[in-house]
Amino acid sequence: MAVSENDVRHVAALARLGLADDRVQSLVGELNGILAHMDVLQQVDIGGASLDPDATQGMRMREDVPNPIALHRARDEFAPSMRDGFFLVPRLSTHGSTDDEGEG
Amino acid sequence: MSAEALLSRPAADVAADIVAGRVPRDAALDASLAAMDAANAGPDGLNAVLWTDTPGARADAAALSLDTGDLPLAGIPVAVKDNIATRTMPTTCGSKILEGYVSPFEATVIAKLRAAGAVLPMKTNMDEFAMGSSTENSAWGITRHPLDHTRVPGGSSGGSAAVVAAGVTRIALGSETGGSVRQPAAFCGIVGVKPTYGRVSRHGLVAFASSLDQVGVFGQSVDDAALGLQVIAGADPLDSTSVSVPVPDYRASRESGGDKPLDGVVVGLPEEYWPDSLDARMRELLDRAVQRLIALGADVRKVSLPHTSLAIPVYYIVAPAEASSNLARFDGVRYGLRVEGDGLRGMYEATRSQGFGPEVTRRILLGTYVLSAGYYDAYYKRAMAVRRLIGDDFTKVFASGVHVLFTPTTPTTAFVAGSKKDPYEMYMSDIFTATANLAGVPAMSQPIGRIDGLPVGGQLLASHFDEATMFRVAYALERALGGEAHS
Repeated sequence: MAVSENDVRHVAALARLGLADDRVQSLVGELNGILAHMDVLQQVDIGGASLDPDATQGMRMREDVPNPIALHRARDEFAPSMRDGFFLVPRLSTHGSTDDEGEG
Repeated sequence: MSAEALLSRPAADVAADIVAGRVPRDAALDASLAAMDAANAGPDGLNAVLWTDTPGARADAAALSLDTGDLPLAGIPVAVKDNIATRTMPTTCGSKILEGYVSPFEATVIAKLRAAGAVLPMKTNMDEFAMGSSTENSAWGITRHPLDHTRVPGGSSGGSAAVVAAGVTRIALGSETGGSVRQPAAFCGIVGVKPTYGRVSRHGLVAFASSLDQVGVFGQSVDDAALGLQVIAGADPLDSTSVSVPVPDYRASRESGGDKPLDGVVVGLPEEYWPDSLDARMRELLDRAVQRLIALGADVRKVSLPHTSLAIPVYYIVAPAEASSNLARFDGVRYGLRVEGDGLRGMYEATRSQGFGPEVTRRILLGTYVLSAGYYDAYYKRAMAVRRLIGDDFTKVFASGVHVLFTPTTPTTAFVAGSKKDPYEMYMSDIFTATANLAGVPAMSQPIGRIDGLPVGGQLLASHFDEATMFRVAYALERALGGEAHS
């Protein structure tokens, strides 16, 4: 299951990571080098061990109610950009421009 | 009492003297700050400390209510790894993406330290987001080994290990995901403890791999580490993976005397941790420690954990997979770095590619790959099944009557900075430690001797929530080795 340049570009897009072309090429080699060591897992007799990870095994569940943590600093002291109590992000490219240019 | 004398005494004794008024409440802090200034800064410094809060620590020392309450760490300075949330100093995880970020809340372990009377003057360097085994991956520069500045202190909690080994503090907090406390403890010649998964709250520990992460403790001695864990252990309503199991007195066996303090304790030596390739001089030191355990009354027997060799492949699928999800939160929207790009998606990509370093980028991509369609079954699901087999190995051995396991902590002593270019070669540094994280069992490293002046660590592992037996053996071995542990 060798990783290709397209694979690296695909997972970089999924992970929202911008990669320069030369970095993509070096990552192909690095990831293939690492994943080659993982192939040994395919040979393991897993017997009755389930292939379905049970995330809740042994975990104490709590009531699904809000459990707010008191913040000692206002959000606008650490958020990159806020307005009227909302976090601002760049305009989505699929949205048309309006008179109110910039973030929205 | 001189500053040097203060720092050479067990933290518990100094705290007791401060409570009794025999030592000024800020004396240990002053000694620690002076030691930090001497060891850390400048071109020849360790670069182990990233952020300081001297005024805050002094104010906390001045405000200690020595007449009321139980203060086992009264006036004791504790260094804290940079991925544990503090309100008075930045929490950057050694990453540019969190440069200047000061958390609006504090970790539960920090609140517990404060409640016990500790003062918190410094945050320590680390591999970015705890991804590394050498503290070479920090955005703020590498940390140097206190005994040999050409070498690494180990990682990812290398800054905390270095300040304890350099005598700046007696106790420090680190974090463990695959050995990030025990491996640097072994490299630096100090004690490092990874508690049972669920023993210590993770609230405020910046998540790397949530099913593996656990706050750990460094100490100059077994007693310092036991005291530190005593203070931070216990269930927390803010962490639903913490477990409500009574916390015993970890220091109870510190003075257990007699010729055979380990009478009735069964120590297993898992053959997979003693490969033929193990360095001969390291084997000699381990054999010496085993002879001490036998002399102390322990019943030592050989055991097997047959899936040990699969731990690194499993770990480097599970941990990056969880990291790829956990680190999605660093997107330039709510906190940390923002780099403008072409629209919203361009901003995400510019922020993350400029904010994360090469190792974090590599692991996010690896994690995203093993979780992606077409590869999830082959990599992630299979790794989770094998992880269960690794856990079963421990369950069977402990069910057979073995109380603790004894192994080397690392395959080598501290290596030269820059000497490990291949990522997988670096990953193999965790070969003896990652199993405990995958199985969730407690483990610790303690010094057992030196090779060419560089420390060697011996590792103890116990069954879930049985840190007390682990400490019982560690105290006895520390006493039996005496000065040999550091020579």
